[in-house]
Amino acid sequence: MRRQQTRVLAGAIALAAVAGLSACGDDGNSGSGGGGGQVELTIGTFTEFGYEDLLPEYERLHPNIKITHHKTGQGGPYHQQLLTKLAANSGLEDVVAIEEGHLPDVLDKPQLFNNLADIGPKDVKPDRWLDWKYQAGTAKDGTWIGYGTDIGPLAMCYRKDLFEKAGLPSDPEAVKPLFESWDSYFAAGDKYVKATGKAWFDSDSQIFNSMQNQLDTGYLNKDDELAIESNPDIKKNWDQVTAAGKRGQTAKLVAFSPEWNNGFKAGAFATKTCPSWMLGVVKEQAGPANAGKWAVTDAFPGGGGNWGGSYLAVPKQSQHPKEAAALAAWLTAPEQQVKAFQKTGNFPSQVEALSSPELLGTTNDYFGNVKTGELFAAQAQKVGQAQYKGPGDGKIQENATSPALQAVEQGKSADDGWQQAVDSAKRIVG
Amino acid sequence: MSGPVIAETERTPSTAASAPPPPREPRLTWRQRLSVADVKWSPYLYIAPFFVVFGVVGLFPLLYTSYLSLFDRDLLDVESTYVGFANYATLFRDPQFWNALVNTISIFVLSTGPQIVIAVLLAALLNTRLRMPTTWRVGVLLPYVASLVALGIIFANLFGPNYGLVNGLLETLGFDRIDWQGNRFASHVAIAVMVNWRWTGYNTLIVLAAMKAIPKEITEAAMMDGAGAVRRFVSVTLPLLRPTLIFVVVTSTIGGLQIFTEPKLFDAMPGSNNGGSSNQFQTITLYMYQTGFETQHLGYASAIAWVLFLLIIVIAVVNFLLTRRIASTGVAEDGAR
Repeated sequence: MRRQQTRVLAGAIALAAVAGLSACGDDGNSGSGGGGGQVELTIGTFTEFGYEDLLPEYERLHPNIKITHHKTGQGGPYHQQLLTKLAANSGLEDVVAIEEGHLPDVLDKPQLFNNLADIGPKDVKPDRWLDWKYQAGTAKDGTWIGYGTDIGPLAMCYRKDLFEKAGLPSDPEAVKPLFESWDSYFAAGDKYVKATGKAWFDSDSQIFNSMQNQLDTGYLNKDDELAIESNPDIKKNWDQVTAAGKRGQTAKLVAFSPEWNNGFKAGAFATKTCPSWMLGVVKEQAGPANAGKWAVTDAFPGGGGNWGGSYLAVPKQSQHPKEAAALAAWLTAPEQQVKAFQKTGNFPSQVEALSSPELLGTTNDYFGNVKTGELFAAQAQKVGQAQYKGPGDGKIQENATSPALQAVEQGKSADDGWQQAVDSAKRIVG
Repeated sequence: MSGPVIAETERTPSTAASAPPPPREPRLTWRQRLSVADVKWSPYLYIAPFFVVFGVVGLFPLLYTSYLSLFDRDLLDVESTYVGFANYATLFRDPQFWNALVNTISIFVLSTGPQIVIAVLLAALLNTRLRMPTTWRVGVLLPYVASLVALGIIFANLFGPNYGLVNGLLETLGFDRIDWQGNRFASHVAIAVMVNWRWTGYNTLIVLAAMKAIPKEITEAAMMDGAGAVRRFVSVTLPLLRPTLIFVVVTSTIGGLQIFTEPKLFDAMPGSNNGGSSNQFQTITLYMYQTGFETQHLGYASAIAWVLFLLIIVIAVVNFLLTRRIASTGVAEDGAR
């Protein structure tokens, strides 16, 4: 703040207009009044966390707390703002939501966050969450940075009707052997392509990312050195996916692109890696015309996996860290996350919430009334250790491997594509 | 108008000070001095708001960027190390930068060229006697008014490799499908079409205004000499339009070298700054944005920003010199006539 003032003074001609502007700027930061035991807290979230009814409830339970909720529509701009404000060391909310994909960048700077083990309520213990969820929210130096909110356990979605046409089993129990391992998955894909001439999955990168996430460490090793070349498993997955793609298993549709949306309507692919939140996307894109054709089963090649989910953290900038941590702890308690689940469908990450009758009783009529609550709760238990992701891991996936896999789908050889991925990854980390 | 006034008031005190002995000066009363100061300084005060705002939101970022470009600094770094011109040195050896530069220039040429040809032809059509001329003129400006984001989404759909309308059309006409995303040149064409769609109407109106300013007598004289419509257009209208055309070229140079939104929205991967799977349509501004806010190398991104800034200045100066030359030869031709 002081710097801002001198800057204005330096621009000394100081006309009324500018003086007015700077005065406004100064006021904004100072006013988090603490008089009379009244505490004002702010919380920042993106897309839908389902907290609209919960925050007033918290205010009722704690009359001395007043909460302002800052909601951003999209995750991308939200996290960009988050990092910029972290860098500026001002302007952040007392409680901030952080999405899994952006977590590695934040975990790399534990000094900018409060350790929830120190300032959080003492009765909130790590065993509230699934172990891998808790582990993933902790920095290398042990700082507990985020309380888990929701998760995205992976299952397999598939087109029943297309499976039948290709002579594959189509019953949710009978398809499980196909989704036992990646080998069986690609083998079934070959059969499907041969029988129908159509693609088995939407894009190389959607499959590769799932395989990559099942490794012990991500693109960086535990010393935060780039491991894309030194870890042979990464290259092995690459070869397996690109080979399957070249055999016609990929529909070459970039996830979430308009073409991908059309692909759902046209039935361009028969299987889709499905985190819990993907069911809504499938329903929306495939539309009523394809109702009853999609099914989901509680199996996933190579065990389980997770895609998505968030954390609540308390940055060091917060003026009321204790109160903020208490709010974050309450919001991420099983009872509250179950309510948020009922409102938005965000799958809770708390052990107790996963066995709540509200969750287990949930069904999805678009997917043939399957018990989705039970199904994804089971999938969540199958996720093993949290993968260690070094800083830049998410960016490597987004800007190195995914585009390179797309380039392979567009005609590049698998080896040239691999070289492109390695070069880009080096540029991102270097 | 105010220029000469200031010059004169400035001259008076200085000649008074140099010729006669100095002590005479304080004769002016306080009120007189105030009014001199008023005449002397008020104009500056009146134009000051623009420069103050410009200083805060234009000049300061510019200078701060040049300062940052000398440091190895990441967004979340607490402290940064001074590296001198190392960022610039790296930049000139960076293949991705050169790739982005070629993309930018290619998209720029593909968009500016056809754009100006179509704009001139459209303006010529609009300059003929039409019913409801205003309606037509507003009509060509409509794409410019439409939201750029909506436009980007629509064009990305049209040029979709699998389900896009353009490929569907090509196929019914018996041509092969084109991979508008994957093929480097095809992607540039698609983006240039998007740019042209938006800016042609805008340039048409500028050219039309210049056409309206051409004295009727010249055209009539040409008609008397027996020149047909095409000949009049080529030999009379076009030469007289040249200064305006150069202006249009300069403004589209500045815009074209900074092209950002179109390639960003065109990418199949939502929100991506990669400019395609192998950066085949990543422009310099996209690369700068990605470096600064995604990879978070702020110092390096600042260096890119400065190189782009200098590049635009160089091209603008070249265009300016060109304008002067062509404009003056235009005058000479007029005189000869």
